[in-house]
Amino acid sequence: MKSLFLKEITAFFGSLTGYLVLVLFLVAIGLLVWVFPESSVLDYGYADLESLFLYTPYVFTFLIPAISMRSLAEERRAGTWELLQTSPLSLTQIVLAKYLALLVLVFMAILPTLGYAYSISLLGNPPGNLDWAGFFGSWLGLLMIGATFAAVGLFASSLTSQQVVAFVLGVFLCFLLYFGLTALAGMVSGDWAYWIEELSLSYHYNSLSRGVIDSRDIFFLLGMIWVFLGATVLILKKK
Amino acid sequence: MSLQVSQLSKRYGAQKALDDLSFSASPGRILGFLGPNGAGKSTTMKIITGYLAADSGTVSVLGENALANPKKLAAQIGYLPENNPLYLDSYVREFLEFSGGIYGMKSADIRCRTEEMIRKTGLQGEQHKKIGQLSKGYRQRVGIARALLHDPALVILDEPTTGLDPNQLVDIRNLILEVAENKTLIFSTHIMQEVEAVCQDVVIINQGKIRSAGSLADLKSATSQVTLILETEEPLDLSWFEGIGVPSFGGKGTQELVLLTKDAGEARKAILQVVSQRGLSLIRLDQGAKNLETLFREITQGQ
Repeated sequence: MKSLFLKEITAFFGSLTGYLVLVLFLVAIGLLVWVFPESSVLDYGYADLESLFLYTPYVFTFLIPAISMRSLAEERRAGTWELLQTSPLSLTQIVLAKYLALLVLVFMAILPTLGYAYSISLLGNPPGNLDWAGFFGSWLGLLMIGATFAAVGLFASSLTSQQVVAFVLGVFLCFLLYFGLTALAGMVSGDWAYWIEELSLSYHYNSLSRGVIDSRDIFFLLGMIWVFLGATVLILKKK
Repeated sequence: MSLQVSQLSKRYGAQKALDDLSFSASPGRILGFLGPNGAGKSTTMKIITGYLAADSGTVSVLGENALANPKKLAAQIGYLPENNPLYLDSYVREFLEFSGGIYGMKSADIRCRTEEMIRKTGLQGEQHKKIGQLSKGYRQRVGIARALLHDPALVILDEPTTGLDPNQLVDIRNLILEVAENKTLIFSTHIMQEVEAVCQDVVIINQGKIRSAGSLADLKSATSQVTLILETEEPLDLSWFEGIGVPSFGGKGTQELVLLTKDAGEARKAILQVVSQRGLSLIRLDQGAKNLETLFREITQGQ
């Protein structure tokens, strides 16, 4: 399992894909946080990173399916899936190795944003004045959202042997789970609205962003990851 | 017996891909798995390696039920799938080491076996190239090296020589002969000469059924029919010859007829009669040697 994990990581960084994803992510986020006047922290007047946490899920919606799309789809298209499936690795091990490799990439993408927090804290008045609890809650939330999207993207990649289809499906599912359910909850009323809202990823993400790390939110997101990885294994077993 | 397949059946929708297939393979011998395209060769191999599930029947590898716990036996099987899928953007050595890893080998073993397989398959000059840069013959070697890396007891090669030029063909055949020692080796092909050059045992299948199985020597002596080859300047019609034997067109199209028959003398007379009755201009009438090609035609077209 370790060798498959390492091979996946090498596949990202042995080609341009890994670097391209990291650079594009940082450029997009950098522009939103520091440059574009509508969202720039510098014009905002308060020393916090609201815009980082608000916009990153949007970027993730496209970025994570883009890195996860080839994961399983390409193996099936190239026929190398047969090599993996006839090896002693179980389906669960294959899916986990691929998932962990995606996680590493997501983690590396958001790691540099810790530097943003340091810069912002220096800009505060007095310097060093930043809501660190809120920041780390949000940062953990961001990591969890990235991890959930990665599981969703991997699931989308298991459904097809075409990368483009996997990408479009991945974007759609991430969008639905993050934005769609909240919007849907706004359209219905009563108990239903509450339950639909509860299922929405953004609801739990926002809850974490308040700086209160509620175990229910963490467990919900971990549960989502478990469900999607489990579904991926089931799909692969069926095929 | 290191491989025992019994009463294996598999359907794809309405089509019967495998129908009650049984055969076995023993250690130290090479078994040729012969059949026309679409006969069910790859399906059988995919079932043995655990890639596909069977509808019914049993497969036992080294005495264990391979269909019940394929993952347990995976390390005992070396498999080269049809079309030899490889990670084209991996380097040869990197790919072999990765394969060793997923087969659970220790890193010292991986290094030593990778070295050995690169040497045996003649990949020394290519080991630091990307697989995507290699020619088909070299890719085939990489695939075979991968299949043998973890020193499996049972080696299954699905059409290892398809698409190779004559020199590469000889190289790969020699490689198969060399690595087959002490292992049970099965390889599939639709090329008869290959079986004659490499195998001790043969299983011939067609339309998912075993048509013939046994040692190569036995099969050759059991070939009762002979081939007559008729070539004329005019196009021929198969129905003219149906009473004489089993006719089919040869490599040159409708002007060449290949006829399988038990009695060559009688058949020759009858053919000449047809030729004179129809006023055809004869180019040649030959008697083919009794070989596996004949047998293959008999078994897969005749009946």
